[in-house]
Amino acid sequence: MANFLKKLYIALIFIFLYSPMVVLFVLSFNSSKSRAKWGGFTLQWYTNLLSDSSIMEALLNTLLIALISSVVATIIGTIAALAINNFRKGTRTVLMGITNIPMLNAEIVTGISLMLLFIFFKVKFGFMTILLAHISFNIPYVILSVMPRIKKINISTYEAAMDLGASPLKAFFKVVFPDILPGVFSGLLMAFTMSIDDFIITHFTKGAGVDTLSTKIYSQVRKGIDPKMYALSSIIFITVLILLILINVIPNGNKEKAIKK
Amino acid sequence: MKSKFIKWLSLPYIIWAIGFIIIPLLMVFYFGLTDKNSHFTISNVLAIFQPIHIKSLLIALLLSLISTIICLLISYPLAMILSSFKKGNDKMMILIFILPMWMNFLLRTLAWQTLLENEGIINTVLSLVKLPSINIINTPYAIILGMIYNFLPFMVLPIYNVLCKIDGNLLNASRDLGANEIQTFCKITLPLSVPGIISGITMVFVPALTTFVISDLLGGSKILLIGNVIEQEFTLNSNWHLGSGLSIVLMIFIVISMLISAIFDKDGEGNTF
Amino acid sequence: MRKLFLFGLLATLTILPLFGCGKTYENGEVYVYNWGEYIDPDVIKMFEEEYKIQVIYDEFETNEMMYPKVEANAVQYDVVCPSDYMIQKMIENDLLAELNWDNIPNSTNIGEQFYLTSEEFDPGNKYSVPYCWGTVGILYNTDKVDEPITKWSQLWDEKYKNQILMQNSVRDAFMVAQKLNGFSMNSVDPDELKIAKDCLLEQKPLVQAYVVDQVRDKMIGNEAAIGVIYSGEALYTQRENEKLIYVIPEEGTNVWIDSWVVLKNSKNKENAEKFINFLCRPDIALKNFDYITYGTPNTAAWDLIDDEDIKSSEAAFPDLSKYNNLETYHYLGEEGDELYNNLWKEVKSE
Repeated sequence: MANFLKKLYIALIFIFLYSPMVVLFVLSFNSSKSRAKWGGFTLQWYTNLLSDSSIMEALLNTLLIALISSVVATIIGTIAALAINNFRKGTRTVLMGITNIPMLNAEIVTGISLMLLFIFFKVKFGFMTILLAHISFNIPYVILSVMPRIKKINISTYEAAMDLGASPLKAFFKVVFPDILPGVFSGLLMAFTMSIDDFIITHFTKGAGVDTLSTKIYSQVRKGIDPKMYALSSIIFITVLILLILINVIPNGNKEKAIKK
Repeated sequence: MKSKFIKWLSLPYIIWAIGFIIIPLLMVFYFGLTDKNSHFTISNVLAIFQPIHIKSLLIALLLSLISTIICLLISYPLAMILSSFKKGNDKMMILIFILPMWMNFLLRTLAWQTLLENEGIINTVLSLVKLPSINIINTPYAIILGMIYNFLPFMVLPIYNVLCKIDGNLLNASRDLGANEIQTFCKITLPLSVPGIISGITMVFVPALTTFVISDLLGGSKILLIGNVIEQEFTLNSNWHLGSGLSIVLMIFIVISMLISAIFDKDGEGNTF
Repeated sequence: MRKLFLFGLLATLTILPLFGCGKTYENGEVYVYNWGEYIDPDVIKMFEEEYKIQVIYDEFETNEMMYPKVEANAVQYDVVCPSDYMIQKMIENDLLAELNWDNIPNSTNIGEQFYLTSEEFDPGNKYSVPYCWGTVGILYNTDKVDEPITKWSQLWDEKYKNQILMQNSVRDAFMVAQKLNGFSMNSVDPDELKIAKDCLLEQKPLVQAYVVDQVRDKMIGNEAAIGVIYSGEALYTQRENEKLIYVIPEEGTNVWIDSWVVLKNSKNKENAEKFINFLCRPDIALKNFDYITYGTPNTAAWDLIDDEDIKSSEAAFPDLSKYNNLETYHYLGEEGDELYNNLWKEVKSE
């Protein structure tokens, strides 16, 4: 009985979380351009999608920016987290406070302040400015997810490795790094997700002709969302879902986990 | 020696933080504390006490508080159930919660509009089975629902993370010593999960406090939140000074919530991810 | 999870080469900044092929979001499509370049009356070429309303409680209340504005939602009985839902024009003028009209329309001489804007 209730609860939450996804999925087959009217079943948005070069370009930009910014943010953030952990408590609190700011500040304020910064330093707006902005707001997510792992590291194993003749770098990669790896990966994932979803900061830091999916959707708001966007979102969603299932079903997924632990 | 070297490693990040966090922040302060003629003034900050602004702030506080509490009430049992599952599924579960966030925020919120409208999907289904319709679109309830929907993962994940870390032996020991399930929960599980709860509250409360898209799309713009006021000052009224001034006020709340999490979560255990 | 990223990386790398094949444009480039979904994408492609000029195209959501980006010169746009009052503001703040009309011979296709209207915000027609025009009016659903709607005052009728969609923008909302009281919509008289504000406050309990873009989807979906809408949207909504009727209210309304302007610091002024000239070509203007459904001021394009219903449609091409009290927005200066904005905030926060 208790088990049944548990499952029911989870099922309800999933319905809550995924019902909008179902709506978008259904709308992607709607031949009417309006979201408010069902005009019949069509696949035209899917077939037109590939030939719409501006959407495909935006998709590419989105993926590239999300990938590069999350990887760079992960590298900078992980190193920073390692270093911050070695500071005295007071300094550490200040540094962590600063780290929190972009995550908690109103997005529009972050966006405008970054725009002002780029104008002030005469940086040409374009792909690079979006990338820099995304790296900036991604770093905190990485630091915050790596930090708890670092705190748990037993420094004596690292010292032991060095006593046994390992170079500091080798000791780090052999002893410390595997321990913090799960934190690094969830930081990477979170950074990737935040980058994909952001539109306000991107809007203020983007240049002409460089669009991400979010800014494209945002600019379509006045004249209504292009149903091709529903189609694209559905494709992305299904792809990721299938990937997730594959990763978890493939037996050697266990091996991977063993390494992580 | 060694720790000194490691401290130097923070240099790239510190430079980055100065360039992309501190300087932009100073610019916000500059705008917030000057008027159109670049004279120093605190009137933009004090503008929060104008009836319109204070009202929008209070409503925003109220709505985000309610949604934070509901998020907590939904998330805690959920996190407990999830953490009681076999270990093998944990990553999968996290990903399943993050997955909806990969669909664009605006699209998700628009989808809720399609669901909730008076002639929307939910009401169509309800009328088919002869149930009374729900009319919450363009009311504060719809805004709360939107907030809960968008920020729920931020509450579930940190609580889930702390719960997973609780040593099962502790729970067994408590039961062995004669405590019943409720006592074990109150004395062991709940106190140990406080860092996660606090972190979750911060992660939900702050974005809910500053949102403007949700109140526009689901609230029919009939309710003005402080986030809407700031957004409009920047994008419609071109009054960056007032917008910055009001954001400075919001930062006070952000600092407060950061302090609270620093007090309760000394070791940073309750981090979200 | 690591694998997930490898998959992602792999996927990105496979898509990447698809975009590698870039075309060459010997005649340089032009940076265009336009409203979202406000041009037929094919038109851009046709221009690029014909003139061998690369179009770097960017979109904005509102005049007010466009302005700071242009003013800050964050991106060096060449040609922008703001609305009437914003053009006036940009002229006053010296952001626009005077057009060389010799380079835009097709501009003669634009009806004389639109240049006349443009004089209101662009005296002497030095800076702007009209692109789209229209009115703001009422769209109503004959299924939900059993009388013809002809006046703004019907938006204050108790029986339409929760059935009214108002515009969520300062000027448009105040325009309705000002016209209701017979005031000018460019008034900065505090007494008149206070009356208008009180009217809006009185109306607020009846309003279902304040929306901008959402009017059309909500009206198509039968969400509301009456909505205040831009005429360009009306044609599209009528196509999707036959029950909808568009009217220009008796008390008068706003006639707006969105026009192309070239920025002062444009580096590709000639290309910008070529682009504007191209858009003024009748066949191109017609193609654009079919796509965006906003009325075109291009009379030569209007002649090419086959469908008589559209040609005489009240939504797309109303005969303005039939209506009284039509006005175009003026830029009211910073103080005027602030006055309006503060009153609007009071309405919204009530």
